Amino acid sequence: MGEPTTKPVLEMTGIRKVFPGVVALDGVDFRLFPGEVHALMGENGAGKSTLIKVLTGVYDIDGGDILLGGDEVHIAGPLAAQKAGISTVYQEVNLCTNLTVAENIFIGREPRTFGKIRWGVIRKRAAELLERLDLNIDVSAPLSTYSLAIQQMVAIARAVDISARVVILDEPTSSLDASEVEQLFRVMRRLKADGVAILFVSHFLDQIYEISDRLTVLRNGQLIGEYRTAELPQVQLVEKMIGKELATLEGLEDKALRSRTKSAAAEPILQAKGVGRTGAIAPFDLTIHRGEVVGLAGLLGSGRTELARLLFGADKADTGELSIDGKPVTLRDPQVAMRRGIAFSSENRRTEGIIGDLSVRENIILALQAARGWTRPIPRRKQDEIVEKYIKALQIRPADPERPVRNLSGGNQQKVLLARWLITEPRLLIIDEPTRGIDVGAKAEIQKLVAELSDGGMAVLFVSAELEEVLRLSHKIAVLRDRRLIEELDNGAGVDAERIMQTIASGQTASGATS
Amino acid sequence: MTTIDATPPSTNQKAAVNPRRRVYRPNTKYIPILATLALLIVMYVSGIANYRNFDQPSVVVNLFRDNAVLLVVTVGMTFVILTGGIDLSVGAVISLTTTLTATLLQGGWPPLLVLPLVLLLGALLGAGMGAVIHYFKVEPFIATLAGLFLARGLALFINQESIPIRDKLWTTLSDMRIPLGEHTRTTPTAVVALSAVLIAAAVLAWTRFGRNVYAIGGSADSALLMGLPVARTRIAVYTVSGFCAALGGVLYTINSTSGHALQGSGTELDAIASCVIGGVLLTGGAGYVFGSLLGVLVYGMIGTIINFQGDLNSAWTRIVVGILLFGFILLQRLVTRRAR
Repeated sequence: MGEPTTKPVLEMTGIRKVFPGVVALDGVDFRLFPGEVHALMGENGAGKSTLIKVLTGVYDIDGGDILLGGDEVHIAGPLAAQKAGISTVYQEVNLCTNLTVAENIFIGREPRTFGKIRWGVIRKRAAELLERLDLNIDVSAPLSTYSLAIQQMVAIARAVDISARVVILDEPTSSLDASEVEQLFRVMRRLKADGVAILFVSHFLDQIYEISDRLTVLRNGQLIGEYRTAELPQVQLVEKMIGKELATLEGLEDKALRSRTKSAAAEPILQAKGVGRTGAIAPFDLTIHRGEVVGLAGLLGSGRTELARLLFGADKADTGELSIDGKPVTLRDPQVAMRRGIAFSSENRRTEGIIGDLSVRENIILALQAARGWTRPIPRRKQDEIVEKYIKALQIRPADPERPVRNLSGGNQQKVLLARWLITEPRLLIIDEPTRGIDVGAKAEIQKLVAELSDGGMAVLFVSAELEEVLRLSHKIAVLRDRRLIEELDNGAGVDAERIMQTIASGQTASGATS
Repeated sequence: MTTIDATPPSTNQKAAVNPRRRVYRPNTKYIPILATLALLIVMYVSGIANYRNFDQPSVVVNLFRDNAVLLVVTVGMTFVILTGGIDLSVGAVISLTTTLTATLLQGGWPPLLVLPLVLLLGALLGAGMGAVIHYFKVEPFIATLAGLFLARGLALFINQESIPIRDKLWTTLSDMRIPLGEHTRTTPTAVVALSAVLIAAAVLAWTRFGRNVYAIGGSADSALLMGLPVARTRIAVYTVSGFCAALGGVLYTINSTSGHALQGSGTELDAIASCVIGGVLLTGGAGYVFGSLLGVLVYGMIGTIINFQGDLNSAWTRIVVGILLFGFILLQRLVTRRAR
């Protein structure tokens, strides 16, 4: 796609948005042309979400102009945005899972005769619409019966059907597996060919390079520039996003490699023999040593989280034996695990981890306080001390312990969650998808932190959908497929993403991995 | 209750193996309502087996007559609960309506003016509470609790005594019987109550407003982002509930040809319990008016059985309802856990 000859369908100039104490957007320009996929890039807190919320009418702007199809518009709310031809599919699927697929696509604009909804027409049109997106599902089933990936496609189908002008896809791929991403991209290309302008946000650089024509980079609420994707090498893009050299990332690479070799001689902290739970994960054996990083690799839904939850007692195992420090234990609930020095940082930081209305300090203190018992409150001075230390160590931004956590970006929320568990000084830290949906810089910092912790003797069970990340950090990798631990690999020469992918794809059970 | 155990766990396992495959769960959303229906049938059959004349059609028909007020109020409550809210004010709105109706009629106001006036008042009270709940983000529990005190206070302010009604229209309606068969007749109030159920069911199933109610109950945030009129809908459900409560009050004045400021206390709890027993999820987004109807009928059936038994204390109604509530809440828990 060359420099577009057509006029932009959307033109934003000098957009300014101020929140109490923060300038979220400072004179940002943004253009979107028909028939292009335009990536909006930036670290967490760069202003991407704010820009999108401005565009969808969730936030009102404090300055600047928005031109849609050449006319100046004021987007008063989500409904107004939809009417103007801007539809959005958010990071978390914003549909009503209690309603049927068909209804989710048409709710609010159902075809009617004399006020009576024509369900037959709705079902038929929904099925046709999804078929165009290569999706053959029962449209009269509740949305909750489908996976997140399908829910996402349904959200896109709705967005596309509402308006053919501008579609915003905010992190649509963050929870999809590779084939689902491919399917999504097919849909996007088709829309592009129809002249739809697509605004795409993703943290996966490869995806950006595969699908986008142009990109706009934001940093700290300011416009860094607009580029053609093909003309901007990845390294330069990342540097523009984080505003510094990539030294941090590369330093990490060496460190992880260096520490990979040790650990074999260390004593085991946790041993699982034939531990399993019906419907969640088949019985598995797994040993985690002191100072060892064990990575769990596998596709979405392969049982990664389920395995981790068993080891923390968040779910109860119904078969097998678990021992910690050589002594058999029954993890009835997380409290028992916590007392034994196991910490679990959850995958859903919004729903299961972070308490948005509490301050950074309160969120960090939470687990330690729980471990001590509520009858022995931690003195305020001690709290401030600990919190300050970890805010600094983990570079939580803004470095204000009293700010409500919900005002922090995703990456920083993740760090707060990590800090919460780190201050309990666990011996085994289980982290589930710590880097999902956070930016490159924060990702590198968290990876670095994991490597350092393991160097310090902490055992880490690292769960991630990104193979590269698992490979970079782990001493040992457990591969899961279809809720079964199929192979355990010592990381080293000969073990790479391809090798693991093959294991997952062939699904062959290595000897001794399962009962 | 065996239906729950019959839900094969194996289907869940299959879903776990391949998350992309559609999970086949037979009629999960109908389980609570079917359980209530089964319960109702069991109660009815055991009534027939144990008591003479229980098999008369009038037993069933009278359920509607005796519970007309509760039924209408429960219909309104169903709308509110489907959005994930709650309306504690309905009992007080009933008492305000009965007192006001009786007072105005006693004062010689034309009945055809009084009727729309009190219904409008109920709807306005509901709309007011809905607006407070939505625009000031007040918990429905608190807002409608305030409404409860306000309405009950107003009723007591108007008159603390029972006020007889001698209006022609009211007494005519009160004495009127609609024949349904040779030995079976029913009252206009029962017809009104049943009509309310049918209208509500149609509105919930076939209108945008009805579907928006479900959407808000499913996820109010999503509903907003999908561009649905959340404010309007949320205010409307409380308006519907207020209107239904007022209508219930009117039905009461017709049944008893009197008004009393203490009438209707506790009805809000009966209505909520009926919804829950009928399978309406308290967190919103799932349930049917017909379920609520069944819930009310269970209520009525317990009373009928106690009547037929003759030597049972009427406190048994509450005890049984209490046990049933526990049972159904547990059932809902099981069903929603399966659905996750």
